[in-house]
Amino acid sequence: MSLAFDDYGRPYIILRDQGQKKRMKGLEAYKSNILAAKAVANTLSSSLGPKGMDKMLVSPDGDVSVTNDGATIVEKMEIQHPTAKLLVELSQSQDAEIGDGTTGVVVLAGKLLEQALTLLDKGIHPLKISDGFDRACDVAIKHLETISEEIDIQANEHEALIQAACTALGSKVVSKRKRELGKIAVTAVLDVADLARRDVNLDLIKIQTKTGGSVEDTRLISGILIDKDMSHPQMPKEVKEAKICLLTCPFEPPKPKTKHNINISSAEDYKKLYLQEQQYFVDMVKLVKDSGANIALCQWGFDDEANHLLLQNELPAVRWVSGTDVELIAMATGARIIPRFQEITPEKLGKAGSVKEVQFGTSNERMLVIENCQCTKAVTILIRGGSQMIVDEAKRSIHDAICVIRNLIKDNRIVYGGGSAELACAIQVLQYADEVSSVEQYAIRSFADALEGIPCCLADNCGLNPITSVAQAKARQLQESNPRIGIDCMELGTTDMKEQRIYETLSSKKQQIQLATQVVKMILKIDDVIAPDDY
Amino acid sequence: MDIVGNVLPQVLKDEATEDKGEMARLQSFVGAIAVADLVKTTLGPKGMDKILKPTGPGQEMTHITVTNDGATILKSMYVENPAAKILIEISKTQDEEVGDGTTTVAVLAGELLREGEKLIQKRIHPQHVIAGWRIARDVALKTLRDISSENDIESQEFHNDLIKIARTTLSSKLITSDRDYFADLCVKAVLRLKGSSNLDYIQIIKLPGGTIRDSYLDDGFILKKQITIGCKRRIENAKILVANTAMDYDKIKIYGTKVKVNSMDKVAEIEAAEKEKMKHKVDKILKFQPTVFVNRQLIYNYPEQLLADSGVTVIEHADFEGMERVAAATGAEILSTFDAPERRDQVLGHCDLIEEIMIGEEKMIKFTGCKKNEACTIVLRGSSIHILDEVDRSIHDVLCVLITTVKNRRVVWGGGNSEMQMAAACEEEAKKVQGKQALAIEAYARALRQIPTIICDNGGYDSAELIQNFKVELQKGNLSSGLNMNDGTVGDMKELGIKECMRVKEQAVMAASEAAELIMRVDDIVKCAPRKRERA
Repeated sequence: MSLAFDDYGRPYIILRDQGQKKRMKGLEAYKSNILAAKAVANTLSSSLGPKGMDKMLVSPDGDVSVTNDGATIVEKMEIQHPTAKLLVELSQSQDAEIGDGTTGVVVLAGKLLEQALTLLDKGIHPLKISDGFDRACDVAIKHLETISEEIDIQANEHEALIQAACTALGSKVVSKRKRELGKIAVTAVLDVADLARRDVNLDLIKIQTKTGGSVEDTRLISGILIDKDMSHPQMPKEVKEAKICLLTCPFEPPKPKTKHNINISSAEDYKKLYLQEQQYFVDMVKLVKDSGANIALCQWGFDDEANHLLLQNELPAVRWVSGTDVELIAMATGARIIPRFQEITPEKLGKAGSVKEVQFGTSNERMLVIENCQCTKAVTILIRGGSQMIVDEAKRSIHDAICVIRNLIKDNRIVYGGGSAELACAIQVLQYADEVSSVEQYAIRSFADALEGIPCCLADNCGLNPITSVAQAKARQLQESNPRIGIDCMELGTTDMKEQRIYETLSSKKQQIQLATQVVKMILKIDDVIAPDDY
Repeated sequence: MDIVGNVLPQVLKDEATEDKGEMARLQSFVGAIAVADLVKTTLGPKGMDKILKPTGPGQEMTHITVTNDGATILKSMYVENPAAKILIEISKTQDEEVGDGTTTVAVLAGELLREGEKLIQKRIHPQHVIAGWRIARDVALKTLRDISSENDIESQEFHNDLIKIARTTLSSKLITSDRDYFADLCVKAVLRLKGSSNLDYIQIIKLPGGTIRDSYLDDGFILKKQITIGCKRRIENAKILVANTAMDYDKIKIYGTKVKVNSMDKVAEIEAAEKEKMKHKVDKILKFQPTVFVNRQLIYNYPEQLLADSGVTVIEHADFEGMERVAAATGAEILSTFDAPERRDQVLGHCDLIEEIMIGEEKMIKFTGCKKNEACTIVLRGSSIHILDEVDRSIHDVLCVLITTVKNRRVVWGGGNSEMQMAAACEEEAKKVQGKQALAIEAYARALRQIPTIICDNGGYDSAELIQNFKVELQKGNLSSGLNMNDGTVGDMKELGIKECMRVKEQAVMAASEAAELIMRVDDIVKCAPRKRERA
């Protein structure tokens, strides 16, 4: 911390606990910030693309997770450096907004910062750099829109959607089964999609995991799977033509919220209360039974006596169904959620083809499947896999694929992957740079270089020579004016991404470039860091 | 500091570490292979056991476990290495899913990674290795399905298959000398379930004393409880009422009640009312006219006496699983309210004879001739509790395998036959594949062949020679040949009657490949700072 002294040699104290704080300013601050952010980007860059590698993350409690998903990696890395944290948030906002491309956005930001560092060394003012980046970003986005293509999502049994899902799944550990999983994801999304409004409510797709079997045993259930079993071991394991009564009140004597006391002062009262208590249970079960329901799902617990009465009245029941499941079931079966026993009416019951218990493995774990719901508006994807880590990673991958499909339903414009879109933008930005007569020209040119960094990184991860393959692709793009030439990651013999059918959504690419530019601009604006010294 | 000499800012939290590239890979290979090597010696009929000794203060220190069950060993180990944890995880999943082959799965994954490491040293990119493994895995699984055979569930052959599978599974366990006896016992128990896969209905009771040979399967059902004093010890044609209800005193369940009295007389009154309430409940129970009353919860002396007076035999405080078994076996319904005595025929369970028996020094209650004859009991005897625990685990493995077989019905030859055939198929495939992947496919075949090799090594035989001879036998077309671990030769599995369940192998191959792939794909390990814990 630099100090100033007055005429008597006493230091000016400006900040509280000034002595214990560290201050970095000017070029030193820029460089330190950029290096920290780059360190994160470097970690992620080897995860990019279909041949990208995974990261193994050990949590503070020693739990292991293995993943390839950018947002998950940075989240679990427990990053402490404030600038590096900006990149974590960058990845997470991409995840929240688009759901895919979380690695790409961080890698791009890293490449931009790398370029900014050399520009700073040249003595260009940070604000000029960020202005230049901003203008270049606009050019790139515009160009993306011109090279994007609209696809017909309906054609050929939604083939385009499946391909897009495959692109998203291609970089994951489940890539072996990407076509099957892609199909599952597409069917799931289409089942719940509102095509007229071009909207998909992802809450309606439940992803349930269960270890055992293999990834290919993953399947789609056109209904809801809940990790619960019947409340009494002797209740029937299957209910056909189910009429579901969905309750959010416990099968227990009522507990009024107002604080109250019941005083028993005589033996009569005691007996009366006992009888009343018994009556409660009888009434509750009777109300449910009278409505015509043949299965009751309850968000709360059952008293032993109520439980037995339910069995005696041949009314199978499930207790402790989670709140989200209750809502899902309500949507799928058309049931109304009933908060009080008095309000049960036959109209409020939901209908489903069958409710049955299924069993897995030898350890006696059971789950309930609700199938053929009245309004099949909710589906479940049951993910299987050899271990917890694989199942978790498969879940994240399928989530990514689902997000991609949803984005395509919202906006059916695509660009081609394999680094081709970035290359095309880079070429365009480079042309634009020559038209700018101010200092920003350098920044704009660097932006183009940074964009080229993505195909470079892809080629590197695939074991190709990055410089040669990018140069070749760039030359061909210019010669043939074909913006679809990219890096042949899978060694399929063609560099035309349209032939390889690598689809990425326009919205995701746009978002990536915009978000990365924004974060870089923000980092470039920081010229002073004040922090506690022990840091 | 980086190469240029800039000081790199600290990005991760204190104490958090990040290993990249070669270092990360090295770390995961070392961890995974170490775990596989640790359980490797337990593989096969000549495998050795391990002693597990718990750490930490207190009495647990003295309670040791002797076992050769892979999942049990791995579960109890405390490991730090993340890759090792993945191996432990797949072993656990194998245990939950099929119940056996828990060692095989960890060893196979370990051997795959050992081969993978060699490939990486040859500068082959992990993604190429994975691509090759994926091809190999599909070939292996297809071969496994092709070589398996299926028999009709009712047929005698299927029954024989089950006994052979049970014998094979038992041969690597402590009770290998009595395997015929136990194989028969387990198959009988499983067949009683009539295709249901609920292992809960097979109860295992462990009692120290006697020898392992004294273990037996009881047709009836044994409850590890005593009949309350003052009741009849032997009941024929019993009508059983199974209940889950409070028989101490019924607390009022309505919220916010409080008993407030202002004189001693009132206390007495309430007490009387309480007593009467209990009497009332007992009366209601008696309306069902049961001869035996089993309750999950405690029964206080007063209701117990009331019931005993009416000639009802009382069994109190049965555990929940025991109760479910009693209910399943006798066809009773578990009651919590007693207002519908007209349904007595439906709710009461029935069995021909209930008697108190002595096994060793302990008194138990035995139900014979039950209405639904699904439940049964295996009584295990042995000279020490450690032996009993291990026998229990072995029997559990066998039961799991048998149930899986009943469900799946496909069987393959044992003695390393299936692994060798899968390996041969992979090698055949490697010849057709262009590119570096072929090396990985060959590596996969070598890893598969390691399983019979390790079995040979554990038996003290010349594995290199045996495996080569074995290969030749298969090449000649003797598709049922396998390792004869008694003589150290290559024999005919058909004659020796060694069979294994296909599903167990299938799951092991799938899970091991998936795990090896998962570990192979890692090029960066980030360890967060361990959470600070208050030391007690």
